[in-house]
Amino acid sequence: MTDILPFLKTMLAAPGLSAYESPIMLLIREKWTPLVDQVSLSRLGSLHALKNGVGKTPRPSIMITTHMDAIGMMVTSIKDGFLHLTNIGGVDARVLPGTQVTVHATGSSRSKDLPGVVVQPPVKMLPPSVGEGPVPLDQLLVDVGLLPGQVAQRVRVGDLVSYATEPTELAGDAISGHSLDNRASVAALTIALEELQSKTHVWDVWAVATSQEEVTLGGAYTSAFEVRPDLAVAVDVTHAKGPGATDWLTHPLGKGPCLGFGPNIHPYLYKKFNELADRLEIPHETEVMPRMSGTDAYAMQVAAEGIPTMVVSIPLRYMHTPVEVVAVKDIQRAGRLLAEFIASLEPDFMSKITWDE
Amino acid sequence: MAEKTPTIGTSQIKLLEKLCNACAVSGDEGEVRQIVLKEVKPFADDVQVDALGNVLVTKKGSGRNRVRVMLDAHMDEVGFMIVADDGDGIFRFETVGGLDVRQLVGKLVLVGKNNIPGVIGARAIHLTTEEERRKKIPLDQLRIDVGPGSAKVKIGDRATFATRFKRVGPSILAKAIDDRIGVVTLIELVKSAPENVDLCAAFSVQEEIGLRGAKVAAHYFNPDLAIALDATPANDLPAYDGSENVTYNTKLGSGPAIYTTDAGTLSDPRLIRFLAETAEAAGIPYQFRQPGSGGTDAGAIHKQLAGIPAVSVSVPHRYTHSAVSISRMDDWKHTLALLYAGLKKLTPGLLAVDRK
Repeated sequence: MTDILPFLKTMLAAPGLSAYESPIMLLIREKWTPLVDQVSLSRLGSLHALKNGVGKTPRPSIMITTHMDAIGMMVTSIKDGFLHLTNIGGVDARVLPGTQVTVHATGSSRSKDLPGVVVQPPVKMLPPSVGEGPVPLDQLLVDVGLLPGQVAQRVRVGDLVSYATEPTELAGDAISGHSLDNRASVAALTIALEELQSKTHVWDVWAVATSQEEVTLGGAYTSAFEVRPDLAVAVDVTHAKGPGATDWLTHPLGKGPCLGFGPNIHPYLYKKFNELADRLEIPHETEVMPRMSGTDAYAMQVAAEGIPTMVVSIPLRYMHTPVEVVAVKDIQRAGRLLAEFIASLEPDFMSKITWDE
Repeated sequence: MAEKTPTIGTSQIKLLEKLCNACAVSGDEGEVRQIVLKEVKPFADDVQVDALGNVLVTKKGSGRNRVRVMLDAHMDEVGFMIVADDGDGIFRFETVGGLDVRQLVGKLVLVGKNNIPGVIGARAIHLTTEEERRKKIPLDQLRIDVGPGSAKVKIGDRATFATRFKRVGPSILAKAIDDRIGVVTLIELVKSAPENVDLCAAFSVQEEIGLRGAKVAAHYFNPDLAIALDATPANDLPAYDGSENVTYNTKLGSGPAIYTTDAGTLSDPRLIRFLAETAEAAGIPYQFRQPGSGGTDAGAIHKQLAGIPAVSVSVPHRYTHSAVSISRMDDWKHTLALLYAGLKKLTPGLLAVDRK
C-alpha cells in the first residue's frame, strides 16, 4: 500500500470551503487522473472520475462519494482593519478565539491569502451580556496584522476565511488538522483507486469528490442524478470516542471504519459490507443512524428514481474544530474495504438485492 | 570596546523568532535560559544563574560616576502543566499564569522537553446542544490529546501553544511576545551597553506567577534604579457599540509604553519624566500606558532592599496570553532606541533631585 500521508497533508493545507472547492478539487484531480479513465466536473463543482470495469456493456456502476468541501467562515464587514465573520457550515464559536486562519482576500488584484487570527476582543469592548461566557461569533474579529488602510484595500465583504492549523502527526499513527472532515475520506477513496489498479472489477466505478456537503448536500444530489449509478456509497467521517464524547454516537479511534445502518442505508448493502469486512478481517463497528445520516447518502438515496446507498465512516475526534484527529490506519482500512467491495461486485449483483423480511 | 548603537535587523528578528518559538512556562524556563546564556556570555563581565534560575548578567562601564542600572525582562511565559493521565494519550492539564479558558480550545500545543505535539479539542458541534454552546467549556472538561500511541508525556510536563513566529506586513504574529520581546531587547542592550552605566541585566523567572524571579534578582544586584522591559496589552479594538474606545491601555504603532501606575507599582516620577524627555529629545514616538490594573516585575523590584526607584517600558501587543499575539516592528524598534538613548543619558544626578 502506498503511503497516503503526503497526499493527505497536501490536501489538509489546501482551502476548499463549500461552493469554493476549486483549490482542493485541482489537487484531487491531479491525483486521480492517472488512476481512472476519464474525469469531469459537475455543474455544481463536484469532481467525477470514471474507472471502467471489464464487464460487458451496458455495465452496472457504483458511485463512491467523498465530499471535498470544508467548513469555514466568511467576512461580513470590515471595521478599523478588523474583520467580522459569519460561518459556512457548522462552526462552534467557542473554538475560534486565538485560532489561526487564512483570509482569502480578493479586494485588489495584488491581493492574496493573508494569515490572520480570530481574536476575542477585550472584555470592555464586548457587550456586558457576554460576561464570562463564550463570545458569540458576531462579536469575534479577525486581525491580519496589517494597517486599517491596507486591510480596506485588500479584503472584501464575502471573502472566505479558512482554518490555518498545520497538519500535525501525533503518536499512535494519528494525524491532526482541520478539514480531515472530509479529506480523510478522500484519502481513503484514493487508496481504493490505487488498489483497483491491480484488481479486476466488472463494474464501472465513479469516484466522486462532492461539493457543498457541509451546507446543502448540493453536490451529492446533483452528481447522483447526473451519474445515475446502480449503487452509491458515501464515505464520510463519524465521531470518535474522546474527551467528552463517549456515548452511542461515538466509535473508537483507530479500531476500524464504521458501517452505517439506518433509513438512509440499504440493509442489503450493510449486510454485504459487514460480511466482506468480517471475511477480510478488517475491524469495523456498526454506526446506527436512526434518522438522517448527515452524509451524502441522504441526498443520493433519493436521486432520480432512488438508489440503494451505503455509508462507510472513519472515526474522527473534535469534528469541525481546527484540530480534528483521525487514525491513519482507519483511512487505510476504509480504502481497502471499498476496493474489495468494488472488486467483489458481480454482473448480476443488482438482481440479488433482497429485503430481509 | 567601541559603543555601537543597537538596531533591529535580520539577526535580531531571527533571535526573537527563536525565543518566541521556545517553550518556557513559569518554573521551567530552561529552553529560553540556554538561548540567553549563549547570546550574552561573549559580552558580559559576569554571568550567574541563581537559585531560582534567573540569568543575572553584569556588564561594567568604564567612566566615572557610573549609574548602576538594573534592566529586567522575564523569560517565562504562561502555559500549562500536565496533571493527570486519563490513558490512551489523553491528559488533564492546569493553566500556569493568567490564561482565559475561552482561548484554549481548538489549539495545537507542544508538551514536555521533547516538544511532543498534542491538541486541545472540543466535543463536536454536532454533539452539543444550543444551550451548552451558550456556556464556556470549563477547564476541567478540556484535555490535551497527544494521540493514542505511546508518546512520552508524563505528569508534570509543561505545555505551550505550538504557534510558530510569523512576520506579516508591519507586524509580528507569535506566542509569548510577552515577554520574549523584552528578552531580545535586553540581549541587544547587553551587547551594546554604553560606558556610563554598570548594566545589571536580569533575565528573570516566574513573572507570570507572582514576579518571583525579579524579587531576588533585585536583591542580588542592589541597583541605583531599575527598568522593567515587558510587553503590555494593546486593547485598541473597536467597541461593540461603535462608541469611542477610551480603555485601550496602549495602542499598536504608538511607540514604547511608559508606565505611570499599574496595580503593583507607582513608577518613580523622575524616571517617567526622564524617559519621556529622552524620547522627545530623540524624536522617538512613545505613549503612556493608561493607568490601571496589570503589572510588571517593577512591582517586586521597587520594594526590594531599602527601595529601588523603578519604572516599566513595554512593547504594546494585542491578545496577550493567547495562542497568537500581535506586535508592530516599529514599536519594538522604538522601544530599543528609547532604552538605549536613556541609558546613554543616565547620570547619578537624575536621582539626586526631588521626586516631584
